[in-house]
Order: sequence, then structure tokens, then C-alpha cells
Amino acid sequence: MSTLEEFRKETRDWLEENCPQSMRTPMGDNEEPWGGKNASWPNPDSKVWLDNMASRGWTAPTWPKAYGGGGLGKDEAKILAQELRAIKARPALLSFGIWMLGPALLEFASEEQKLKYLPQIVRGEIRWCQGYSEPGAGSDLAGLQTSADDKGDHYLVNGQKIWTSYADYADWIFCLVRTDKTVKHAGISFLLIDMETKGVETRPIKLISGSSPFCETFLTDVTVPKENLVGELNKGWTIAKRLLQHEREMISGMGIGGASSGSGGRPEGLAKTYSGEKDGKVADAALRDTITRHKMDGHGFLLTLQRSAAETKAGQNTGAASSMFKYYGTELNKRRFEIMLEAMGTDGLGWEGDQFSPSELGTTRSWLRSKGNSIEGGTTEVQLNIIAKRVLGLPD
Amino acid sequence: MALVLNEEQTLLNETAAQFFKEQVPISNLRKLRDSSDAFGIDRSVWKECANLGFAGVMISETHGGSSFGPIGLGLILEQSGKTLSATPFISTVLLCGSAIQLAGNSTQRQEYLPAIAAGERICALALEERAHHNPTHIETTATQTDDGFSLNGTKTFVLDGHIADQLIVAARTSGAPTDQHGITLFLVSPKSEGVTIERTLMADSRNAAKITFTDVKVRDADVLGSVDGGSDVLDPVLDMGRIGLAAETLGLIQAVFDQTIVYLKERKQFGEVIGSFQALKHRAAEMFSEIEVCRSIVLEALTALEEKRNDVPHLASLAKAKLAEVSRLVTNEGLQMHGGVGMTDEYDLGLFMKRARVAAVTLGDANFHRDRYATLSDY
Repeated sequence: MSTLEEFRKETRDWLEENCPQSMRTPMGDNEEPWGGKNASWPNPDSKVWLDNMASRGWTAPTWPKAYGGGGLGKDEAKILAQELRAIKARPALLSFGIWMLGPALLEFASEEQKLKYLPQIVRGEIRWCQGYSEPGAGSDLAGLQTSADDKGDHYLVNGQKIWTSYADYADWIFCLVRTDKTVKHAGISFLLIDMETKGVETRPIKLISGSSPFCETFLTDVTVPKENLVGELNKGWTIAKRLLQHEREMISGMGIGGASSGSGGRPEGLAKTYSGEKDGKVADAALRDTITRHKMDGHGFLLTLQRSAAETKAGQNTGAASSMFKYYGTELNKRRFEIMLEAMGTDGLGWEGDQFSPSELGTTRSWLRSKGNSIEGGTTEVQLNIIAKRVLGLPD
Repeated sequence: MALVLNEEQTLLNETAAQFFKEQVPISNLRKLRDSSDAFGIDRSVWKECANLGFAGVMISETHGGSSFGPIGLGLILEQSGKTLSATPFISTVLLCGSAIQLAGNSTQRQEYLPAIAAGERICALALEERAHHNPTHIETTATQTDDGFSLNGTKTFVLDGHIADQLIVAARTSGAPTDQHGITLFLVSPKSEGVTIERTLMADSRNAAKITFTDVKVRDADVLGSVDGGSDVLDPVLDMGRIGLAAETLGLIQAVFDQTIVYLKERKQFGEVIGSFQALKHRAAEMFSEIEVCRSIVLEALTALEEKRNDVPHLASLAKAKLAEVSRLVTNEGLQMHGGVGMTDEYDLGLFMKRARVAAVTLGDANFHRDRYATLSDY
């Protein structure tokens, strides 16, 4: 037996023993395992599952063991993912720490910082949020004004962040702050701030979908120890860009990720159910064609993600791909919801009440939420600018 | 999945790129067009293609073929698409060659395949009967006689029909005009009595013909495959042709896009290169993304052919439909971004646009293939 086959067998056995049965069922509402100091565990098995996975570092399978990660190679991580899928395991931990901050810390943080923050992230003990955008700095992110003034032994932070996802639940925030007002990109630093510090306040923002996944975060005379600076002073923009790349990759999976599950199902199934079926086909020929155009683009996009992964493995990746994925994936996802609505007619536009099924109501809300996909993490227009500049070499 | 090329394939890709660029540049097509060349292709170039093993790409080595396989075939076609090379690749290699390879008996294979691989014989598939592709709507009849069959009917848009040394004709031997069952393929010499061939001049300056069959006698021995079972042969053969056309179209799209990007960096208006204008940048970036998706689709379809997977029909329709749409987008946008010079015959954009549209309707347009994809996906 090869080492990888042995690994697969060990993994399978371990999962069999350590993944609670209830964690192999679809996740219920409010059961998302975000961790953190104030985490609630409606199903106690979620906590058991997280602790078991974290004990092996498998919430962050490829991070080095020294920082609490699993220390797995790419092939092993792939096997782990396959085995998790095979038993329909829920994710043990959802975490901006793992998806976004962690990779940036691994690349830019000091040894001391890595040892302090990464193991907490792996164990889901600290829930992180992202302090990037400001009311006056959206697509022009580098125009941010939140300041961190050098007060000798600490920074004094003042300003306002917006679109901080789940800031009202987060324990810590990773922030871009201005440490030099005389220059733009070269005056930005990357700072970690404990949300319990005096002067940090958050207020949820209600979206068109009715939910409030984002907050405004106000920072008023917040004292931050100097050791919380990541990387060099005024070099935060480099970290910011890398982190945005991780974020884009995370968001771009949505165009196809949701294609088969959640939010009421596939457009073609909805079309048959809500607008009619004839000889096994969607009866409305125009709708059927609209669905097919979208499915074909989704199919091609999925193949492109796979090709990119294969190229990366073969050492041929161009790197600028994440912008294309973010642009294409989010536009696909928005289209998917528009088509679902088109298929469902008035049943896709209910707001609340018993006349609509939970999945119908969910589709309406998700449709509205999807509009943000091509705005958050860098707008479609910003991604197209990046492609034009970096890939096509078109001048400014 | 082999979405990345191996060393041998990379080498073939380079060989093909160099060959078409040097031996069959766009000027070659212009020359054929402007001189109203009766043959419509450069036969010596085709012989050269054969010498490089290109013509035998789908033919087994026992019959003189090369071993490049479907991915190699795709690479060759992509490169030929970049220079709009006029060759009988689709007609002879993809359609007829693979039909004979697939359904021919040993005598037929021995007779035709080595000659195709050597670039010595050009073959044409007489299938279509109306303006839209419909491989099961066959009204040309083949009625049984004492010593074989008698063919009657008219075929249109027969690729390379007027220069073919050999025809494969789809005719109805039983059933209603739109039945899948009851179609039979016949090997017919174009010199047979009762065969009338008229060249059709298409916008892309490539070869096509209208062929009429009037009481044409065919021997039992010239049935390709089984009587009434023609669709079983046509289905996989047409998918091969569709994927090949998609690969050719990919090359065409890439060439137009590359040319357009160069132009955006050179052309100045209002004192600036026009590529600095966001109105054009965004459209260029959108095209880039669509082309990336096209490339993935074509590679996957070729891989499916190579691995003889059962999702080939699905991917053939995906490839044909998507590449048709994107070729329309990129040729239209490319021309618009070139402005007035794009409208001149001197620039190549028009030639690319014309080829793109003809390739798009060949073996089924985007509408046909979206419908087929949906049907194959059970909705």
C-alpha cells in the first residue's frame, strides 16, 4: 500500500470514530460553527466535532504543525477533503481566520505572532472580522482614512470601518489603518485589534435581503499595543492585496458551488415545478434556453477552476486568475438567482408568511443577497481593471 | 483529467503552430479567394500536413495513421484556426476518416484509410439537406434494387464536396423522414452516373457544394456500417466533428483577440492609446474571461474523446454552442474596436468573422446545441 493509500485508510478510520453521526447531516439554521469566545452550540456535537478536528489540526489541514495546523501535503489534504465529502461531514469550523487572515499571517507575521494567533484560529477560539472598507473608501480601498497614530509605546486608532462581516460576533478585527497621511498606498499598515478594547463599537447594517451580516465598526481613541502590527510599518498594502486574493478565491466558488444545493435547488428543476413540464422538458422554450446558457457558462467555469488547479499543480499558474474567477463566478451566481426567480414567478417573490414555503422565502432573500457578490471583495469593475492591467497589459 | 498538456503534446502544438504560420498563413486563403481557385484548397499544403502526420491523426497506426489522438487533433485544429488555413481537415479527417475507421469493414478501411492518412484522398460527407443542421431529417432515399441500392435526393453544404475523391452519403432506407432509425451511409464515387455536383461559394471562401443524386446505383458492398443503422455511426462522428470545429474556433478567437489587444495598445485617439480607455478595457477583460472558459471546455471535450467517456455528446454540444457564442462576441467586438479599418478587406478581421459564422452553423448552431445539451441533461 502506498503512503497515500495508507493515509486514506487511517483518515477514514479516524473520521468514522471521531465525526459524530449528527455532523453527517445537513446543517440546520443557526448551526453554523463560527467558533469564537461567544460561540453558541445549539447542537453540542458541533463542538465535539470541532475539537476533534482541531486536535489534529485538520481545520487548517495544510498549515504547519508548529502553528497548530495539520501539516498535510496537497495530496493528503485532497484525500482528507474527499473523505469528508464521502461521509457528508459538515465543516467543523467556518472562519475568516482560516480563509483570509491565517494565510496572510503565515506569509507576513513574525514568528511570535504566528505562534500566538494561528493555533487559536485552528481551534476556533477566536473569531475574526475584517476591517477594510470605510464609508469613503470602497473600490478605492487605499483611500482609507482610519488613522493609527504613534504614541511611543502604542498606537491610537481613530476612524470608522464599514461592511465588517459579523463584527457584532467577532472577538478580534484585522484592520487596515493609515500610519502615514502624506502618501497613499505606502502609508497603510496592517493592525490586529482586540474588539474588547475600550473605544470599539459595532452597529449591524440591515440589508435589502432583510438580514444583517455586516456591521459598521467605530474606533474612537482605541489603544493598540505596537506588537499587534503585522509586517513592516507602512507596508500593509502588500498584505492587503494578498488577503484580497484569498477573499476573491473564497467568493468565486459561489457561481457553481450553490448550483446543486441550497436555496431551493437547480433552476431547471424549479422551472419544471413552477412553470411546467412537457415530455420531460421545461415547457417554456425561452426559459429553457436561458437556463441552458447559464448552465453552460457554469459548466465551463467549473472546468476552468479545475484547469487552473491542474496548472498550479504543474507550476504553470499565471496568478492573476483569481480576478477572473471572482468576476465570472459572482456574475454567474447573480444570474442563477435571477433565473430561479424567473422560473418561480410570484412564488419566488414572497417576503414572509405561511403562503410560501421556507425554501421559496429563502430564494427571495438569497436572490437579494446575491447582488452583493459582485460588490464585496472588490467589485466586478475592479476585477476587470485588474485583468486589463495585469493580464492584458493595457495601460492606465 | 488532463487539462494540462504533456511534453509530447506541447511539442506537437509548437510544430503545428509553426507549420500553419509559415506554410499556410492567411495570405494563402486570400490568394485562393482572389484567384477564384477552382480547387479551393492548396493540395500541396495538404500533402505537407499529411507528411507531418496531421491527416492520419484519427486513423489507427495499422492503416498508416499517426498516434496523436484527439488532444493532438485539437491542437492541430486550434493552430490551423489561427491562420484560417483552408484544408479538408473537417471533411476528410474528422468526418469521413473517423466514420470509416469506426464503421468500415476491413476492405473499406484498407482501401480508404491509408490514402486519407497520406493526404492523397479527399472525402466529403453528404449529410445536410436544408439550411439548418438536422442529422436525422433525411429525405434522400436509397431504395433496394436487384444488385444494391438506388439513391435519389439533394444534399447541401457538403464540405469539400466539389473536390472530393470520395463521398459518404446519408440516405433513408426505411422509416419516416425524421426518424433516427432507418438512415444508411453509403460510400459513393462522385464520378458515378447520376451524381451532379455544383460548388457553393460561401462567405468564408472555404469549400462547400450542392450535390444531387438521380438514380445513382450503389453496390451492397458500399454500405458503410449497417443498413438502417447510420445514426449509430453518425452520432459519434458528428460529435468528433463538432469538437474539432470548436478547437478550430478557439484558435480563431484567440487570433482575433490577440490582434485586437495589440491594436488597443497602438492606436491613439485624443492623444492617448485607446487601450487606456475603461470602456474598452472592461470589454477586453470580459472577452479574456470568456476565452479562458472556452479553452477549458475545448480541452475537456478533447480529453473526453481521448478517454472515450460517455459524456462526449454533452461536451460536444457545450463546446459547439459556447464557442459559437464567444466567436460571435470576439469577432464583433474585435471589429468594433478596430473601428473603420476593421471594415476594410485589407485587414483580416472580416475574414475571421466570415469563417467564425460558417464554422458556427456547421454541424449545428448554438441554438441546436443548447437544445441538445438540455435534452441530454434531462430537462
